Amino acid sequence: MNWIEIFRSGISTGTVLLIAAIGEILTERSGIQNLGVEGMMLVGAMAGFKVAFQTGNVWLGLLAAIAAGGLLSLAHALVVIHFQADQTVSGLSLTFLGTGLALVLGDGLTGQTAPVIPSATIPLLSQIPYLGPVAFANHNLLVYLGYLLMPLTWYYINKTRPGLHLRAVGENPAAADTLGVNIYRTRYLYTFIGGCFAGLAGAAISVAIAPGWYSNLTVNGQGWIAVALVIFAHWNPWRAALGGYLFGVLRRFTLDLQGPRLLFGLANPFFFNTNLVFFLQMAPYLLTIIALIWGSSAARRKRIGSPAALGVPYQRGERGL
Amino acid sequence: MTFKETPDAVPAVEMQDITLRFPGVLANDHVNFTMYPGEIHALLGENGAGKSTLMNVLTGLYKPQSGEIRIHGKKVSFNSPKDAIANGIGMVHQHFMLVENQTVTENILIGLDTPRFALNLKKYDQEVSDLADQFGIHIDPTAKIWQLSVGEQQRVEILKILYRGADILIMDEPTAVLAPQEADELIATLKGMAAQGKAIAFISHKLAEVKQVADKLTVLRRGRVTAERMDLHDFTRESLASLMVGREVIFNLHKCDQDPGREVLRLEDVSALNNKNLPALRNVDLALHEGEILGIAGVAGNGQSELVEVITGLRPCTGNIWLEGKNIANKPPAFSISQGLAHIPEDRIGVGSAPNLSLTSNIIMKRYDQEPISHNWQLDYVAADTLAGGLKDEYDIQAPSVQTQARKLSGGNLQKLILARELSSTPRLIVAMQPTRGLDVGAIESVQQLLLRQREQGCAILLVSEDLDELLALSDRIAVMYEGHVVGTICSADFDITKIGLMMTGTLPQDLPPEVPELKSPAPGSVSDFDSVLDHVKDFEQIEQASPAGQPVVIPEEEIPPSEEPSRGGSSPSAQDLNLSEKERVLRKVLGENYNKGDEA
Repeated sequence: MNWIEIFRSGISTGTVLLIAAIGEILTERSGIQNLGVEGMMLVGAMAGFKVAFQTGNVWLGLLAAIAAGGLLSLAHALVVIHFQADQTVSGLSLTFLGTGLALVLGDGLTGQTAPVIPSATIPLLSQIPYLGPVAFANHNLLVYLGYLLMPLTWYYINKTRPGLHLRAVGENPAAADTLGVNIYRTRYLYTFIGGCFAGLAGAAISVAIAPGWYSNLTVNGQGWIAVALVIFAHWNPWRAALGGYLFGVLRRFTLDLQGPRLLFGLANPFFFNTNLVFFLQMAPYLLTIIALIWGSSAARRKRIGSPAALGVPYQRGERGL
Repeated sequence: MTFKETPDAVPAVEMQDITLRFPGVLANDHVNFTMYPGEIHALLGENGAGKSTLMNVLTGLYKPQSGEIRIHGKKVSFNSPKDAIANGIGMVHQHFMLVENQTVTENILIGLDTPRFALNLKKYDQEVSDLADQFGIHIDPTAKIWQLSVGEQQRVEILKILYRGADILIMDEPTAVLAPQEADELIATLKGMAAQGKAIAFISHKLAEVKQVADKLTVLRRGRVTAERMDLHDFTRESLASLMVGREVIFNLHKCDQDPGREVLRLEDVSALNNKNLPALRNVDLALHEGEILGIAGVAGNGQSELVEVITGLRPCTGNIWLEGKNIANKPPAFSISQGLAHIPEDRIGVGSAPNLSLTSNIIMKRYDQEPISHNWQLDYVAADTLAGGLKDEYDIQAPSVQTQARKLSGGNLQKLILARELSSTPRLIVAMQPTRGLDVGAIESVQQLLLRQREQGCAILLVSEDLDELLALSDRIAVMYEGHVVGTICSADFDITKIGLMMTGTLPQDLPPEVPELKSPAPGSVSDFDSVLDHVKDFEQIEQASPAGQPVVIPEEEIPPSEEPSRGGSSPSAQDLNLSEKERVLRKVLGENYNKGDEA
């Protein structure tokens, strides 16, 4: 087994999860839960691929993906912020809406090839033994964008004024309102930004990391994993990145386990028994659940958890305000 | 009161003819409110009288339908809280508006335009602590809100306003959530701020407190002003109360003498664990008779809640609980209810009612399965509404209709709703926990009257309260609890606040010092001498330490002249608190109300 290749590919595929999860973190930090990540990613993947295919310019495709994800999220924002509908229901419908839109508009794209976002090697950093080839050599540019997003998002949320307002709106909107923060505007903004990130994550699949359009197999449930990752990460970008990469590595590892006839000098059970492979494929999900349970008990002790107002519509002038 | 009115000064706040109508309620009806810089202005009224609404108009949360607001002589119109903040108006809400997992400084910075982008908390931590020092407020700016006590959280709220440069502060029932010594500290802080020229509106329904804090007074009743900018010393407690309620309030309840009848409730060797699986009740024996009110006194957390819960079937226990000859220990609540149990819980919103359901639904909660409301498997909502409507009138519940959601009721009306449900089932036993806590004088009076009427009708009442005055006024006997034990039971003829205070700290009745009965405090409900209680504690424990004033311990036989005591609300109440022993603190918390009254007299 080629460990460097496993980690390389884990970081690559993890980047998709990372981008989507960071977008969802920003949305949820404002108190809006958007379960439509899968749908928004699919629309983003489709839009990115289609525009890149038709114009021949991958950067236009990337912009189209961001805009498509953002636009779709505004539907969710309108329904849950303005009309105060149930966020779970609206998020689920958004997934269906997004999937349907992407399949209809993406008709005929299957099997086509479009330009792809280039890869690059970072000088000097790629010379570091082990870490260099894994993290800094011949990666897609979006992987490096992912590296930047982690610290920037963390800094933005925790150390800036707009980040302070974002946290206040998600934790105690009534308090933020009495201090003159516009709750509705803030929530619209971050729902939109979350949608943009999901669209970008979709494009990161279709025009960058695993190029191509394979209808709804393009995203293949990664939107849901990103939503779970947000919880696993306790709404913290660093942990979301860690979780994303961990999941990517695990998935690649279980794939590689099925390859060789011999494993540690013994007959590889995963090669000979196809039923065992199903269990192997479950493992990343199972491990994520275990990490989630373990993480949530640790979080309770440290008092980090979901934003207090997550999923609760805000209305001024309720009794007790 | 150091404040002197300067008639030529421009009022800090001038609200004229403010009218605000909510669906079904006229919350403010042509209300005038004027306040000058440097004064503490009390806004007094019952729950739902429109005090908070008026102040929310001033902070820009509500827009009045008519009326005019002038701030420092300039006419203003607020569209959002931001406009009010810009005009130097800040409000400390009754329910704190704080973000729990952010630091003090972060909470203060929310909504401000500086810092522009990067927070640079260190610099602002320093600014916050400088500001806190200026007003003598102690707070750690880097602490997270959830790490702070309620009193400290309130200080953060005040700092939040001060940081915005506010010179008009609105305090919405600020002492309701505070322990007595925290309240003293707050009052000292407020007085200090008024001395620095701030205008402070102090919303309250506690009469004693208002007399202690405020310079001027405006009283609201049902949305109207009944007294505008009055001087406080013109009023007595009674005249204030009648202005608030609109009629005479009887502070001394009339309780007819009657002999207790046969036994209704008996607890035999009852023990139970609390939520942390620690013993909360230890071998409790109690008996309660027809037409008798048994008061349970004790510092909060000494097993009173658990006692109520085992009787009402909400908590498993060992031992026997006999209600009308049937053992109700560890039985489901429905069984005890069928045996004539009524429960008035401490938590009105969480336990006593279903806040999102209508008045009707809340009323029928105990009898939805009985005629005439239940028809086989259907509910007769017409019959239910009729029943609820009748009870709404009988118990004088102020609400637009029986379809109104329970959460829209004020505290007093919600309690009346609970009483209506519980008492209309003609109970044999009423278990009431803190039935008047947080209510205004008018509501307290009606709740107490209702309980006394039930007593006359032969109902047995177990009354748990932290308000000793209430226990002394209502109870036929008082049982004192300490660490899960019933320390002793006292009959009404022997009621003595000193003795009860000592028992609340764990002193057994037979161990009480013999001097105590001779220094018996005055009749229940009137002024009681808290200082003598403290001195007895010291004497009895033979604690050889300085008294709060730094003087040697006084022998109980000598009466302490009131002048030697440091005055309450004086310059350094916190320094004085530091000298208190744990036991004194406990007693002081319990008897705080009496202590204040004693000082005023």
